[in-house]
Amino acid sequence: MTEAASSPPASRIGGTDVRKISKIDIGLKRRYAAERRFRTYGLLAVTIAICFLVALFGSIVSRGYTAFQQTRISMIVDFDPSIIAPNGDRSAAAVMSGNAFRFDDLIAASLQKTLEIDPNDEDALYDGLDLLSKGSAPMLRSMIAADPSLIGTKRSVDFYATGDVDAFIKGSIRADIPESQRLIKDKHIVLIEKLEKEGALRLAFNTGLFTNGASTRPEMAGVGVALVGSLYMMLVVLVLSLPLGVAGSIYLEEFAPKNRWTDLIEVNINNLAAVPSIVYGLLGLAVFINFAHLPRSASLVGGLVLTLTTLPTIIIATRAALKAVPPSIREAGLGVGASKMQTVFHHVLPLAMPGVLTGTIIGLAHALGETAPLLMIGMKAFVVEYPTTPFDPATALPTQIYMWATEPERAFTERTSAAIIVLLAFLLAMNSLAIILRRAFERRW
Amino acid sequence: MGPLWLLALIAGLSFFGFVLGRWKSVVLSGKGRGTLAARPGYYGAYVLIWTAMPALVILVALSIAKPFLIEHTVRANLPAQVLANSAQLSLEVSGVEQVAAGLKLVTPEELENIRIGVVSARSVFAQHGLPLGGDVKPYQLIAAGALNLVSDGLDTAVDAAVVAALAFGLIFAFVRVKPRLRARNLVENTVLVLLIAASSVAILTTIGIVLSLLFQALQFFSMVSPASFYFGTVWDPRFAAAGSTESGQFGFLPLFWGTLYISFFAMVVAVPVGLFSAIYMAEYATSKVRSVAKPLIEILAGIPTIVYGFFALTTVGPLIRDYIAMPLGLGTSGNNVLTAGLVMGIMIIPYVSSLSDDIITAVPRSMRDGSLALGATRSETMRLVTLPAALPGVVGAILLAVSRAIGETMIVVLAAGVAARASLNPFAEMTTITVKIVNQLTGDLEFTSPQTLVAFALGITLFVITLGLNVLALTIVRKYREQYE
Repeated sequence: MTEAASSPPASRIGGTDVRKISKIDIGLKRRYAAERRFRTYGLLAVTIAICFLVALFGSIVSRGYTAFQQTRISMIVDFDPSIIAPNGDRSAAAVMSGNAFRFDDLIAASLQKTLEIDPNDEDALYDGLDLLSKGSAPMLRSMIAADPSLIGTKRSVDFYATGDVDAFIKGSIRADIPESQRLIKDKHIVLIEKLEKEGALRLAFNTGLFTNGASTRPEMAGVGVALVGSLYMMLVVLVLSLPLGVAGSIYLEEFAPKNRWTDLIEVNINNLAAVPSIVYGLLGLAVFINFAHLPRSASLVGGLVLTLTTLPTIIIATRAALKAVPPSIREAGLGVGASKMQTVFHHVLPLAMPGVLTGTIIGLAHALGETAPLLMIGMKAFVVEYPTTPFDPATALPTQIYMWATEPERAFTERTSAAIIVLLAFLLAMNSLAIILRRAFERRW
Repeated sequence: MGPLWLLALIAGLSFFGFVLGRWKSVVLSGKGRGTLAARPGYYGAYVLIWTAMPALVILVALSIAKPFLIEHTVRANLPAQVLANSAQLSLEVSGVEQVAAGLKLVTPEELENIRIGVVSARSVFAQHGLPLGGDVKPYQLIAAGALNLVSDGLDTAVDAAVVAALAFGLIFAFVRVKPRLRARNLVENTVLVLLIAASSVAILTTIGIVLSLLFQALQFFSMVSPASFYFGTVWDPRFAAAGSTESGQFGFLPLFWGTLYISFFAMVVAVPVGLFSAIYMAEYATSKVRSVAKPLIEILAGIPTIVYGFFALTTVGPLIRDYIAMPLGLGTSGNNVLTAGLVMGIMIIPYVSSLSDDIITAVPRSMRDGSLALGATRSETMRLVTLPAALPGVVGAILLAVSRAIGETMIVVLAAGVAARASLNPFAEMTTITVKIVNQLTGDLEFTSPQTLVAFALGITLFVITLGLNVLALTIVRKYREQYE
């Protein structure tokens, strides 16, 4: 190569002289350079793709990991019966009705005690109340309604700090920028430091993120309700699409004669797998809601739509799994006198089951992350209560993410990322399960 | 009885039928009335099928028919001047349905009070926790009464029919259980029918998509002419208020341009990166690198699109705005074509790479070996032999990727913006077909205004475009596969 590279270009190829041949330049240097370039492009492409992946995960995790902790302010609350139940009625209904401000009074009283504020200094009291979530009073009320025996006792209660205080504690609102541009003022910082010194204000694991429902206050918002909605939908999808998909594939793979009709079904399934998911949403809206009058925002409808979107995936996976079972199994079954149906259900299907389950889990994982069709059928509602049946209004994890993503507040951005982390964790778990299943049960024939 | 109770009853009786049928076959063969033609379980299954199937068919058929019958009843009981105003008809029907729901809540005395006009129906319903939008008109009360009557009658009829079908099926099949009955064949035939039905769900889905979209789209095209929709250059649908007849301009072209422009940028990212990584994986990567890099790239395909949308909205968009668009003075919005295209491109990389990988490795080894043996380098073999041979397949893969880009929703909803405009500036906000489908269907949902129905016209257009691309791509890929098999 070095010889060829150093020699001047030759105009003809051939001849018998060995020395002459070695002097012929066949452009090896240029060609090898091109080879290296080509290879580098390939490597570059792979690197770019992996960099994108890392950037995606990095961006989400770096924004979201802080949301798993949350600032709490714990204060001793005096559940004064003269304030909570002025007319002596301590039932849950009485607690829930009546003047709602009396719970604010309870909080104000305990805040004055904790911060040692002069009871006549209203400004200082309001500064202190600024630190607490505006959802504190309703929280206290439902806490007492759930357990009326609290009335008359003194007990430490964990309140949520506002999203801004939370952001300040986590360092995303910095103290060194000018006060006028800061959401947390200097007077608040003094109070926060005082609370911190007393040990009342601290970061704790954010259980509310997993148990709360939708809320306009970021510190009270959680994905609990959305998780239940998603769970219901996955159940519906599993119950419907697994039997339908398996039955359909068994027919197509084992029984169907080769004719126009089965060809049509075949082409159809391949096409359905590539139809944009939003079109399924339109179908769901027109058929299930507008035509069949099923309730809007119900997880049942969401499940039905997602069933249709996942069915092609499951059918394709199941057919591949059935195809992988060698014909000798079928021949042996038929040979000892089993009917075709018995052969398929007693021998072929059990052998194909690991592949079927893997395909189903991957299909479910896809369905779990699907968002667009759910927006179409109104699963974008503001749902605070846990749905008890699949007919109740519900949201799903991805639609909850969508709703939070469009909120401008910094605290919601953090929560959106955290919700995405939860979603990705579920997907990761499902896909890992699929891989483990495949590894454990896969048979090579 | 509610449908759930009926289903439970059907399930219970069917199981009972199974036990009964199995027991009878065993007893009969034990008494020496001949050997069984099938195993006992099949006799059980035979009775089960006869018990459950007719009842289920009746239940499903009547449940489907019920809304039609109810609507018919309501219409028959509405006064002529209400019926004449066809635009308000569906509103009227749902109004009557609400009143009917309210009537079920009230006590007989209250009902009497409403009838003689002592109290207003609205206030009584409100006491029972059913707030109405407006006062109840007398004709609504009449229609609602008729509705409740028919609806209750129908419910009783459904119960009776299902119970009768259950009893008939159970007894009929039980009587027919004899050792000579070829129960297995009968059961297997039924199962086969069920299998065929399951495989037809795919066809039904397609028909459902086409019909439902077409039906609503035709309604839209009766209000807005197809020509002004498909060739209109202005998208300004105005307010989608309930009952509003004011119609805006529905120009499809700016949306289509936005869709194509964003897909173009997506392909600019996805095709080179996807294709070159496929080539690298197929040709150069050691098996160790392959086993790590390939699943990593495929993770990109498993990430939900909402996650990409959020990534575009919070990370890529601001980066492009602050470091490219603003310094160049080309745009001030984080929502722009380039952001959406870039992030969509990332999402599509694995589709291009895994499909291309399959196609490249499907090129017969002998072709590669021949080229290498003639002294070509590996890149020359790839460029001059393998890729040209794989080209149809690769084009098919790219077409599939384009169809995915066109139908992609969540990324563009979050990252592309809502302004419908056709411009060449990649830093401008633009919008796509899918974004407008989402926009038009959120909020007030009244299926009579063109503002809502346009979503279905957009939907069927999108469906036809992607279907065309898919069919084309799948045909190319199939042809190509056959060539080398």
